[in-house]
Amino acid sequence: MKSDLQFQFLADVPGHTLRIKREFAGPRDLIWDCYTKQELLEKWFAPKPLKTKTASMEFREGGHWHYAMYDDEGTEYWGWTDYIAIDPQERYTTRDAFSDATGAPNTDLPVADWVITFEEAGDRTIVRTVIDYGSPEGLQTVIDMGMEEGLGATYVTLDDLIEILKG
Amino acid sequence: MENNEPNLDAVFHALADPTRRAVLQALVKGEATVSDLAAPHDMGLPAFMKHLSVLEAAGLVKSDKVGRVRTCALDPATMIATERWFEEQRAFWQGRYAQLDDLVAALQGEKK
Repeated sequence: MKSDLQFQFLADVPGHTLRIKREFAGPRDLIWDCYTKQELLEKWFAPKPLKTKTASMEFREGGHWHYAMYDDEGTEYWGWTDYIAIDPQERYTTRDAFSDATGAPNTDLPVADWVITFEEAGDRTIVRTVIDYGSPEGLQTVIDMGMEEGLGATYVTLDDLIEILKG
Repeated sequence: MENNEPNLDAVFHALADPTRRAVLQALVKGEATVSDLAAPHDMGLPAFMKHLSVLEAAGLVKSDKVGRVRTCALDPATMIATERWFEEQRAFWQGRYAQLDDLVAALQGEKK
């Protein structure tokens, strides 16, 4: 990652949302394509060491993306994204659910509403992602799940945490 | 029983208040008595005790009474678990976006 690219990650638990802002070193039409074209989206959506595969995708209002993030041991994390509203190159909204290989929704886990906006900034693009888990309990469920998986991590300091919370 | 999965809602509620954040920052330096912690704050002891009870309920602070003196300290397990969740989430998104950076660079290279 280029160190001068803005990155902001905020969690608002009482408001049950995550807000992520990131700048990219490319024009808006190109960044839009990376989010909305299957062959490009699959190349970056799952962070290493995970990879992304698509069962089916139709990027249109009322369409969906049925996908999995998977690792080398064969563990698959399936998701189902419904495309709700699309305003080309400006923003799109989705409803994102945990799923399985057949596309059946996992009703034990919360559904999240995503709003993704794309703003031109010279030859760069700022992408804002707001993920709303619907309720504090919904976000808590996702947090607890993440903690159980216990990905190795380094710790931030209390001062960092307070800065994050103040936003 | 060790509980490494704090109620993040309670933690965030506790951290949303400037008095409670100041108490946590004071406790980073080490344990302190309630009266020492209350001294910099312009409020009555009952109001201050309410702030402390919110911090205790969130698992951020633990306290112990010896005689008439109540001493408070940070509860490191909760702080570490909360911080770890943040760091994992940030790392996940940073990893994802680092790949998008690479893709954007590759796509623009192809055009030239």
